[in-house]
Amino acid sequence: MSTSTVSSSSDTRKNAVIRLAGYSQDGIQSVGAFLAQLAGSTAQEVMTYMTIPSTISGGPSIFQVHLGSGKVLHPGDEADTLVAFYQDSYDNHLASLRDGGICFYDSDKVEEIKEERGIIHIGVPITTATIEAIGGSAKDRGKNIFVLGMLCAVYQLDRDTISAIIAKKFGGKSEDILRNAMLAFDAGYMWPVHDINHMPMAPGENAGENRISTDGNTMLALGLIAGGCRYGAGYPITPWTTIMEQLRSELPQYGGMFIQCEDELAAVSLAIGAAYSGHLAITGSSGPGLALKAEAMGYASMAELPLIVVNIQRGGPSTGMPTSVEQSDLMQAIYGSHGDAPRVVLAPRNVEDCFYTAFEACRIAREYSTPVVILSDQAIATRIEAFSEPDLDKYWVEPELDIEERGADFKPYPIDQITRHSPPGSRSAEGKYPVVTGLEHDEWGHPSGNPENHAAMTAKRRNKLVKLAESLPEPDFYGDKAGDILFVGWGSTYGPIHEATDMLREAGHKVGSLHIRHIHPLRTDLGNIFKNYTHVVVPEMNDSGVYGMGQLAALLRAVTCDSRIRSINKTMGITFRVSELIDEAHQLLAE
Amino acid sequence: MSAPTEKLTKKQLKADHPTWCPGCGDFAVLASFFNVVQKLGIPHEKIVCVAGIGCSSRFPYFVNTHGIHFIHGRALPLATGISLSRPDLHVFVFGGDGDGYSIGGNHLNHAARKNVNLSYVVMDNQVYGLTKNQTSPTTPIGRRSKTDPRGAIDVPINPMSQLVASGATFIARTHAVQVKHMNEMFERAILHPGFAVVETLSECTMFYPGAFDDGIPRKGGKFDLVDESARDMTSTSEAMALAEETEHAPPGKFGVYLESHRPTKNELENQWLIDAQAKTADLAQKDLLRKRFAAMR
Repeated sequence: MSTSTVSSSSDTRKNAVIRLAGYSQDGIQSVGAFLAQLAGSTAQEVMTYMTIPSTISGGPSIFQVHLGSGKVLHPGDEADTLVAFYQDSYDNHLASLRDGGICFYDSDKVEEIKEERGIIHIGVPITTATIEAIGGSAKDRGKNIFVLGMLCAVYQLDRDTISAIIAKKFGGKSEDILRNAMLAFDAGYMWPVHDINHMPMAPGENAGENRISTDGNTMLALGLIAGGCRYGAGYPITPWTTIMEQLRSELPQYGGMFIQCEDELAAVSLAIGAAYSGHLAITGSSGPGLALKAEAMGYASMAELPLIVVNIQRGGPSTGMPTSVEQSDLMQAIYGSHGDAPRVVLAPRNVEDCFYTAFEACRIAREYSTPVVILSDQAIATRIEAFSEPDLDKYWVEPELDIEERGADFKPYPIDQITRHSPPGSRSAEGKYPVVTGLEHDEWGHPSGNPENHAAMTAKRRNKLVKLAESLPEPDFYGDKAGDILFVGWGSTYGPIHEATDMLREAGHKVGSLHIRHIHPLRTDLGNIFKNYTHVVVPEMNDSGVYGMGQLAALLRAVTCDSRIRSINKTMGITFRVSELIDEAHQLLAE
Repeated sequence: MSAPTEKLTKKQLKADHPTWCPGCGDFAVLASFFNVVQKLGIPHEKIVCVAGIGCSSRFPYFVNTHGIHFIHGRALPLATGISLSRPDLHVFVFGGDGDGYSIGGNHLNHAARKNVNLSYVVMDNQVYGLTKNQTSPTTPIGRRSKTDPRGAIDVPINPMSQLVASGATFIARTHAVQVKHMNEMFERAILHPGFAVVETLSECTMFYPGAFDDGIPRKGGKFDLVDESARDMTSTSEAMALAEETEHAPPGKFGVYLESHRPTKNELENQWLIDAQAKTADLAQKDLLRKRFAAMR
């Protein structure tokens, strides 16, 4: 084993990508989560990436943590350090390690190692060392905490802080569990790793106020609460389920409730019932479940009810790849219903943005009395990032139930205004009560088959979105305002696009990137921005389809009539690597 | 403008003239609903009429109260959302056999087992009327329709046994020509705390005339009542025996098949709210969320 390529202990590192490869029952997710939490509380940035088998219990699993002193935008193309718990984890993940990287392997389980690419192999008897540390137990639980201790020593992470995090995690359980965890941690920390010098992380540069670390689904759920959402309903489906679990557990404290339903149809219907009753309500699902909700979402467009529908995209179609990421529900989110059924679609770009996107979705749903789809994805939903907690003095809406008496001039569907419903319980001065309906209706809500009325009402429902489009903020822009390449992205491609933009600009190219949260309606002036670049390219995790372009690219072409728009598609169920985008960019530049 | 406690007049409750065919059983159901609501003195603005799709599901347009006309088969989950999020309201669901027992069949089981506080009137005419004479889930074997020109071949659903099996706490059966009996069933359903359903045989004079003549004495049928004094009203096995009679000794009995009590979904969910809020009573909601963030540092 070589010792030659490792930096001396006086150097500090600004970035570290650590990949843990084992089985899901080994608790490698919790080690990753500990590291992420540590980063968040020591002004470092972090992004994680994990794969979880879609089997019921067990199966190969990885957790990758990208720690950085400065900004961290993606989970890391290649790992600097790999920890392999088993022979198959070693065999399958050695390729993810960079040339000259470090591979720790459990020498009790991994028997054959491959000397290649200058990789430094360090065998540690993780299994037996853990058993010895904890004291003779035949079980090898605690290996994950042993490894955590070892990594803390190697990267010289803050031992006191991580001990406190472990104590917080296990403190509520029995004393034995906490004692064993600390024993395993200390044993790992003290394990003599002779072959390399330690590689201390540079101090974090992200000393924002009140830094927190968590995953996207949690921030989405909390953004809905901050936005004033108090009622909802759902049905379990991966990876949406954790939002449902959190809302079910947490809404009662806020005087609301979230109901588990018999199916997706009931869930959306129940949420519409709460919306009709005067509350802001939420339902959600992942791709297949969104398809089941489509009819009722069309109703919400027709009846003009505020409704939040969350869709956490996964690999599809059908059951597809439930624990993998894809961005293939964009068209479904915008158009998946029947008839002309306008609705709003927003997409968060990272974990932090899940909160602000959910908050904005609440505002739009209320203000425009419309269904709003929040289109997140598996990658954002499950990964952990660190950032400053939202300022609730700016982002908080106290929900109000408006059941004031409606005056004699009340009309539920005024043709030239946005609908404001009169929820049940509100008295009518005139004694005439409205019926909210999915039949085409006149301004008073009476069913009407009149041709002119249907045209006018269809326009009324569409014009709300036109008005919203006119009020949208400038899209999020980064890099050069004109030049060689414009990347246009949405959702979880934000990090890789941002980093690729940086790297291409450092190499002297003129590159900009535009990240679109407001997927539908789009801002109407995007075409003017596109004109400033030689190439316009849309990286998206969906198929290029029959016509050779991804879903957002197709939409942008239709809207801007700009035939230069191309897409970079990826359908492997994993996020883009920065290097993939750079390679594609170089090909474009060479044209 | 009338005070909420003032008794409602029929004029106040009437809305559009029903679009039902002349002689439709649903007219009597509507009249009965007006009667009972007037008698019980429910505040006008607190009444909500909910329906899915079908002839009988047009009900909300014919009643001048808050109403919502939803999509096919989903009236019960929609009404569940209203009932749970607005316990101050009186939620009435109206629909037919297709809406309730076919496309919405699964929701019936779950609304019943959850014991959601609402009243549900099924106007069962044993045929699809709005789409003009197709077989329904309660159409008897052998009956011809446009989708079964050789006669229905599938065993019909027995709504009564299904309701008993699904855990409904108030189950009654009536006949739209028996106005007095129907009034009584509706009144008891409304007063029942929890999921109350009244299966109401309501003739489709257009496509299935005479379907329920065997329950009309002046047409040679019999209208036998459940003898409540002779039975345990909370017994599901006794209710199931009555339900089976509707198949083996048609037209079966009319009246309340089951009347039992257990906490409603509304009460159970609300108890969670009360407990959760009692624990955090000293914190404003915004501070609760701040505390949640602090735990993630």
